[in-house]
Amino acid sequence: MSVRVQREAFDYGRECAGFERAAAASGAGAVVTFCGIVRDLPGGGLRHMEIEHYPGMTERALGAIEAEARQRWALDAALIVHRYGSLAPGETIMMVATAAPHRADAFDAAAFLMDYLKSRAPFWKKETGPEGAAWVAARTEDEAALERWSDAAARRGDGPGGA
Amino acid sequence: MTLQVLYFAWLRERIGLPREEIETRAQTVAELVAELRTREPRYDAAFADMAAVRVALDQELAGMDAPLAGVREVAFFPPMTGG
Repeated sequence: MSVRVQREAFDYGRECAGFERAAAASGAGAVVTFCGIVRDLPGGGLRHMEIEHYPGMTERALGAIEAEARQRWALDAALIVHRYGSLAPGETIMMVATAAPHRADAFDAAAFLMDYLKSRAPFWKKETGPEGAAWVAARTEDEAALERWSDAAARRGDGPGGA
Repeated sequence: MTLQVLYFAWLRERIGLPREEIETRAQTVAELVAELRTREPRYDAAFADMAAVRVALDQELAGMDAPLAGVREVAFFPPMTGG
């Protein structure tokens, strides 16, 4: 299990290949990978995206989210990589990878990791385009996406930390 | 008590600094916010819409009514936009 928060670019394909090899060696039967990419503005012209984070809390929050995923699903491995700093359109922002004996656990755990890190890990995005710079607002859909995991949390008596 | 208070994203920009040490007798986060707002207009502006502000105490998300006893680090920031 691994969490990395870094300024440097990473090679998504290479990360996936390495993750898959390690997962296969540990006997996993399914691997799911996802990456997020810096999207251009609706009208185009994005110059760069600045990602700010809260050093210390970021690693703790991602570690807690990953630990929660391991409790809920039978995972052989999980990986979260998230960048901060200045990124250009088309660059890879972040990735998650999960490995499990069967595909359902790998898919669900990857979706869970994404849903939680979107609105529970302390990252903030600022886009600079033709009109100047603006902070990206949180989407209500992202908050709502967490609700689909709350039934399972209620059955077990708790959920990942967060107000 | 002495608190390290951190600000992120537009809260940092509006207040004009990333962190500061604050001596306070506030018992809860809400009391600390009320105290900060009386300091200067830039604080008042930053905390004008509390629906858009989140708080973490010692790097764990908390509610605005959370007690500050034993806390060392308080961070204020907008809703998170990771991923």
